[in-house]
Amino acid sequence: MNPEEAIGLSVMLPLLGALGIALVGRYPNLREAVTLVTAGAVFATVLNLVPSVMAGARPGLEVFQVLPGLTLAFEVEPLGMLYALVASGLWIPTALYSIGYCRGHDEENQTRFFACFALAIFAALGIAFARNLFTLFLFYEVLTLSTYPLVTHYGNDEARRAGRTYLGILLTTSVLFLLLAIIWTWHLTGTLEFSPGGILAGRVDGPLVAILLGLYAFGTGKAALMPFHRWLPAAMVAPTPVSALLHAVAIVKAGVFTVLKVIVYVFGIDFLSETGGSVWLMYVASFTMIAASVIALTKDNLKARLAYSTIGQLAYIVLGGALATMDGVFGSGMHIAMHAMGKITLFFCAGAIFVATHKKNVSEMDGLGRTMPFTLSAFFLGSISIIGLPPTGGAWSKWYLALGAAEGHHAFFIAVLMVSSLLSIGYLMPIVGRAFFLPSPEKEQAQPGGRAGFWAGIQEAPLLCVFPPCLTAVGCVLLFFYAPAILELLQTMSLER
Amino acid sequence: MNILGLWNYWIVIALMMIGLYILIARENLVKKVMGLNIFQVSVIMFWVSIAKVRGGTAPIVPEGGGDVLYSNPLPHVLMLTAIVVGVATTGLGLALIVRIYEAYGSIEEDQIREMDRAEE
Amino acid sequence: MIEHLPALQTVLPLLAAPVCVLLRRAALVRVFAALVTWSCLAIAFSLLQEVLRNGAVSYELGGWAPPLGIEYRIDVLNAYVLVLVATMASVVIAFPLAGRELRIPKERFFLFYALFLLCLAGLLGITITGDLFNIFVFLEISSLSAYALIGLGRDRRALTAAFSYLAMGTVGGAFILIGIGLVYQMTGTLNIVDLGQRLPPVLGTRTVWMAFAFLVVGTSIKLAAFPLHQWLPNAYTYAPSVVSAFLSATATKVAYYVLVRLLFTVFGFAFVFERVQLTALLLPLSLIAMVVGSLAAIYQTDIKRLLAYSSIAQIGYMTLGLSLANLDGLTGGLVHLFNHGLIKGGLFLVVACALSRVESPRIESLRGMGKRMPWTMAAFVVGGLGLIGIPGTVGFVSKWYLVLGALDKGLYFVAFMILASSLLAVIYVWRVVEVMYFSDEEQAVERHDAPLSMLLPTWVLIGATIYFGFDTELTAGVAEKAAAYLLGGAS
Repeated sequence: MNPEEAIGLSVMLPLLGALGIALVGRYPNLREAVTLVTAGAVFATVLNLVPSVMAGARPGLEVFQVLPGLTLAFEVEPLGMLYALVASGLWIPTALYSIGYCRGHDEENQTRFFACFALAIFAALGIAFARNLFTLFLFYEVLTLSTYPLVTHYGNDEARRAGRTYLGILLTTSVLFLLLAIIWTWHLTGTLEFSPGGILAGRVDGPLVAILLGLYAFGTGKAALMPFHRWLPAAMVAPTPVSALLHAVAIVKAGVFTVLKVIVYVFGIDFLSETGGSVWLMYVASFTMIAASVIALTKDNLKARLAYSTIGQLAYIVLGGALATMDGVFGSGMHIAMHAMGKITLFFCAGAIFVATHKKNVSEMDGLGRTMPFTLSAFFLGSISIIGLPPTGGAWSKWYLALGAAEGHHAFFIAVLMVSSLLSIGYLMPIVGRAFFLPSPEKEQAQPGGRAGFWAGIQEAPLLCVFPPCLTAVGCVLLFFYAPAILELLQTMSLER
Repeated sequence: MNILGLWNYWIVIALMMIGLYILIARENLVKKVMGLNIFQVSVIMFWVSIAKVRGGTAPIVPEGGGDVLYSNPLPHVLMLTAIVVGVATTGLGLALIVRIYEAYGSIEEDQIREMDRAEE
Repeated sequence: MIEHLPALQTVLPLLAAPVCVLLRRAALVRVFAALVTWSCLAIAFSLLQEVLRNGAVSYELGGWAPPLGIEYRIDVLNAYVLVLVATMASVVIAFPLAGRELRIPKERFFLFYALFLLCLAGLLGITITGDLFNIFVFLEISSLSAYALIGLGRDRRALTAAFSYLAMGTVGGAFILIGIGLVYQMTGTLNIVDLGQRLPPVLGTRTVWMAFAFLVVGTSIKLAAFPLHQWLPNAYTYAPSVVSAFLSATATKVAYYVLVRLLFTVFGFAFVFERVQLTALLLPLSLIAMVVGSLAAIYQTDIKRLLAYSSIAQIGYMTLGLSLANLDGLTGGLVHLFNHGLIKGGLFLVVACALSRVESPRIESLRGMGKRMPWTMAAFVVGGLGLIGIPGTVGFVSKWYLVLGALDKGLYFVAFMILASSLLAVIYVWRVVEVMYFSDEEQAVERHDAPLSMLLPTWVLIGATIYFGFDTELTAGVAEKAAAYLLGGAS
């Protein structure tokens, strides 16, 4: 398979998968098989692209010219490669988990659920491989719309309200700011192609740089920069696999990926550091980081706490881009992968806890570590990764972000990163502590015909809900050792013109 | 060319305003159609009056040829079409009014509006 | 035969209309009318081909040479509008008539088709002719048949709506006639191209200014440009949905064409935009139309009225493009002419589909229809996305050009407003979507979608809104050519 075919195939496969799911919706087993086969095939195809990108090639595929100079076209570069790997790779455990979760809960409209899920992956891969802003924007909106039915899955009033917030914020920001920024860019430069070193240098100057960057940064509502972050906690009403999709697999990562890509390939980091147009964004990102972490500390609902944690972690990535230094960009790129792996673990665990015990609040989780040791251990590893301690992948991305801040002589932001890490210890570790060290409020019941030894008292969630988080928790650790490979991939990125 | 010298325009303007006033101010639909008619007539008068050439006669070549000063025939011809359009409009308007009367039992616009509001 | 295509374009439907009355049998008439309309489409396409290949086509009606005789003159602009009108007519004619929406019994359906063909003849005539008075005549033909078509609506309010449209439309028509008279007085010609050449020396006179005012206001009434739009909501709400689909996609669009033609070909760019400074009037009015129309749409409880108010907002987009008077802006206006025709025509057909199963066009009555009529409601969602201007739909292409046009002039606020008003579209579209897809009652619903004969034409239009969102060769490509042609050396 040559790289061009691989690009086309990896984008089209999820779309075909969605169609297939819709067609065989009547037969649940077959439908789930279609999902899994598609997910596996997509990941394999995306993996197939890695060697050539590592070797410095930039395979591309032009699909269609929409307006003169405005094409629907794909090109794989390291950042996109990484994001595509994350999205397609994490689709597999998420699909497994969704099957377990949906069956465990007897969810309605499962066909719609799996079809929209595949559509979302389709859009995510389109974003990852987009060669220009137009293609990116197109798939960005497809992603918003295809996830709307997922967010409003339960179809009740609460879901409808959440859907309004979700769609309202994401569409408003994208149409009002992002689209304006894109058309403005086209107006200024006559092109929307991502190119190394940016396309705006020399075309704008003064405060306009900051304004344009602001339109891009806030226009990408999916990056959940404050004050446009409300949709993410609102979307918590959706089933847990959807939360995993939102927080780890595709959606928020699409947002920060867009911001990063715009900073690197539209503005160019040299241009930004020369003009200082992104300094304000560093402060906004820092504020978001600290504020979201503080809010997370106050939340008792586990999923809400994780949601605010996501908002804070996304700000790391935006900050890394805004620093406009090489290591900052590398750190951000790595953090896309590291945070995805960590956060998906945490959400899987939250869902598993909910399926097994119907507990949603942190305060109810005392002693849970004894009944659900696997889930909580996975949760522990995920937390470590989010906090950024070795031996998990999160340590690396934080390290490079701090390096990036140092490289740009922004000591203040190193301090911010440290404070934020401390805060994340504050909101994650107590959960693990409670679960393992506090006694359970419920009396230990002897299992009828009880199992002896280690297995006694264990009441885990169904296998398909426990296996995926364990898998991704191992992933968190593995990423610690594979981080150099990711870095190597990112380093082939050409940042200069 | 003093103001009064353009008396044909004054007639047209007066007729037009009368027509428009009836159209706007009357509630009775038939009267509205009449207003519309007067309005259209004013336009037709305007066209016909601008075709007149002072001292001109009908555009017929006299026997044996020779030049003759004649009024512009084209606007007259065009206005024949406009009159047809006007008749058609009036016809359609009246037909609609008949239907409205059948449906509402009234051709007073305020009463009809009242009935519509009651229905909602 | 081939050289007579321009004449056939209007004469064919005009003569076919009385034939419909003679044939009488509903099924027979339907097939006949469809064949006539489709041949009109074929003619329109071949004219467009011809124009794109060899430049403007001129046809002397009856062999009388212009400027004395009536000339049919087809350039890129009106060939493009002809294709739009014929396309919309071809799709709508294929849509089966629903007895429950019409006040006439089935055995008199032939009257509908006769009126439809007359209206089509009028609209095509306005577009194709190169003679100002001829425009007036065709305008009245199309308007008169449109009043009658609207009056066919089942609801008795259709009659009053048709009547007030008749009153306003006639005043608009008379205004146009006065304007034509005044320019004729100054130049002695009615031929549009000829006028364009003879007017410049007398442009400063008060007579020409008056003519300009009368013509612009007259066409604006027909166009339903804000604030002359009052006839439109009731007319579209109570007309049979098929008629609303056809008129919303064609009648206002043709009026827009007339306005463009008057401003650019007859009066000329220099006069309209430099002396009169029309932008100063038209731009704010367009912005108000976009915002007020969308806001009004948000508060409607009747889906057809919602679409009607949305039309007023969308007409605002078109006039906005016109008032920007640069290449991108005008292209945006012209391309939105086509795009909005597709979207709104499609959406009204969706309503027609829905009304085949639902009693009333109230939004509430669509509750939970997402499951009962999946295809119909999905069509509404796609069309709605087009109205919003999501990328990949035609609405995006229009907005792209309009925003570019605004940026080109340095009007950042206008660019912002264009995007902001599309967010209002999100609200009114999503209100309906929520009603359709979120139902409180948990009963098992049976699938009972509209018949295929209705879904097919609807999806042709709705599908086209997606297709032309990607392939813009026919829409934006031609619109840009037309805009460049109109602006000529002006900018």
